Amino acid sequence: MSSQPENDWIDLLRDSRDEVIPAWTSVVEATLAGRMTTSELTNDIREIFDGLTAGDGRGSDIRAAAYDGLRALVADLGRTRARQGFSPTEAAVSIFALKTAVLELLENRADLAAYQAFAKLSRFVDDLGLYMFETYASARETVIAQQAESLLELSTPVVKLWDGIVALPLVGTLDSARTQVVMEALLQALVDTGSEHAIIDITGVAAVDTQVAQHLLKTVQAARLLGAECIVSGIRPQIAQTVVALGIEFGDIHTKASLSDAMLLAMRRSGLDVVSRA
Amino acid sequence: MERIPILRIGNMLLVSIQVDLQDHTALMLQDDLSNRIVETGAKGVLIDISALEIVDSFIGRMISTTAAVSRVLDAETVVVGMQPAVAITLVELGLTLSGVRTALDVDRGIRLLSRGIDDRARGGDVIRDDYLAE
Repeated sequence: MSSQPENDWIDLLRDSRDEVIPAWTSVVEATLAGRMTTSELTNDIREIFDGLTAGDGRGSDIRAAAYDGLRALVADLGRTRARQGFSPTEAAVSIFALKTAVLELLENRADLAAYQAFAKLSRFVDDLGLYMFETYASARETVIAQQAESLLELSTPVVKLWDGIVALPLVGTLDSARTQVVMEALLQALVDTGSEHAIIDITGVAAVDTQVAQHLLKTVQAARLLGAECIVSGIRPQIAQTVVALGIEFGDIHTKASLSDAMLLAMRRSGLDVVSRA
Repeated sequence: MERIPILRIGNMLLVSIQVDLQDHTALMLQDDLSNRIVETGAKGVLIDISALEIVDSFIGRMISTTAAVSRVLDAETVVVGMQPAVAITLVELGLTLSGVRTALDVDRGIRLLSRGIDDRARGGDVIRDDYLAE
C-alpha cells in the first residue's frame, strides 16, 4: 500500500466531481432548512471543491501555500455565516457535509484503496472545518463587540438635577439616528417632569462637527417650542476651538464650560440661589 | 361646522384645541380670535395644543400669524402644551415659531402672561425676557 500516492483523495474527488457536489449541497441544504437558496449553496460549494482539488499533491497540510486560495474561501464562508446569524452547527456542516457525501458514494463500491483515501480526506476536512470554525468564532466576537458598543452609545439617561431642572449627559458619537432618540427622550422627560430647564452635557462627546452642532440646535429649538430652555455644557477647550474654526453659530443658546456652571445658571433662572453658610 | 371655543379668563383668552385642526377651522379660529380680542380688550392669549398630535406647515404658520395678529391688537400669545413629536416635526419643517412664546402647560402659561401684562402695564412694551438676563 506504500505505493499509493499521497494525494490519492484528490484523485478520488476529481473523478467523482459531478456526484459529490450535488450530494454535498443537498446535505448542507437539509441542515439550513431553506435559509439559503440552492444556487447560492452550489456556488459556495463548487468554489470550495475546486479549491480542494487545486492542491499540488502535498494534500495533507491546509497551511501549505497551495491552499492559500482555499483558506481564504473558507475563512470568508465562516465570516459570512457568522454575520448571517447561523448557528455553529449550521456553519460547520457546510464543510463536514463533504465527508457524508463522499462516504455515501463509496458505500456502493467496496474499494479498499478508496476507503484509505477517504480516511486521509477525512483528516484534511477536519482541519479545514476547524479552520473555518476559528474564523466563524472571531467574526462572531467582532459582531458582539460592535453590538455592545452601539448599545452603550444608545443608552440616553435623562437625570433630574433639581425640581424643574433635568440633565442629559451625552456619551459617544452623535449621528442622525441617535440624535433622534436623544431628542425624543429629552423632550418627553421635559413634558413628563414639567421641567423648564434642560442641561445637555457634551463632555463625553468625542467630536463636534457641523452635523452634531446642527442636531444640538434642533434639540434646543424643539425644547423651546415646548416652553423649556436648554443650556449646553461640558464643552472642552479643543471642541470650543473646533466649533469656532468651523464657523458654527450657536446663536442665542447658552453654553457653559462645566455642568456645575450650567446648573447654577439654571437654578438662578428658576429663581433659586446657592448660598455658602460657612 | 366645527368651531373652536374661546374662553375668557380675566384679561386673557384661552383657546383649547381638542380636535385635529382642519385648514378652514384654523382660519375661522384666527378670525374669531381677533374679533374676541377687540371685543374683550384681552391682553393675553393662551393657545393650548396639548391634544394636537399632528401639526403640518399650514397650522404651524397659522399659529405664527395668529401670534402676530394678536400682538398688533396689543395681546401677547403663549402656545402651551406642545407634544414632543409635534415640536420635532416643526423643527424639521424649519418652523421655529419665532415671536411666539411657549410654556409647558396652561398654568405656567398664565403665570408667564400675567408677568408680561404687569410689566407692560408699568410702561414696558414687550415682555421682559428673564431667560436671557443672567
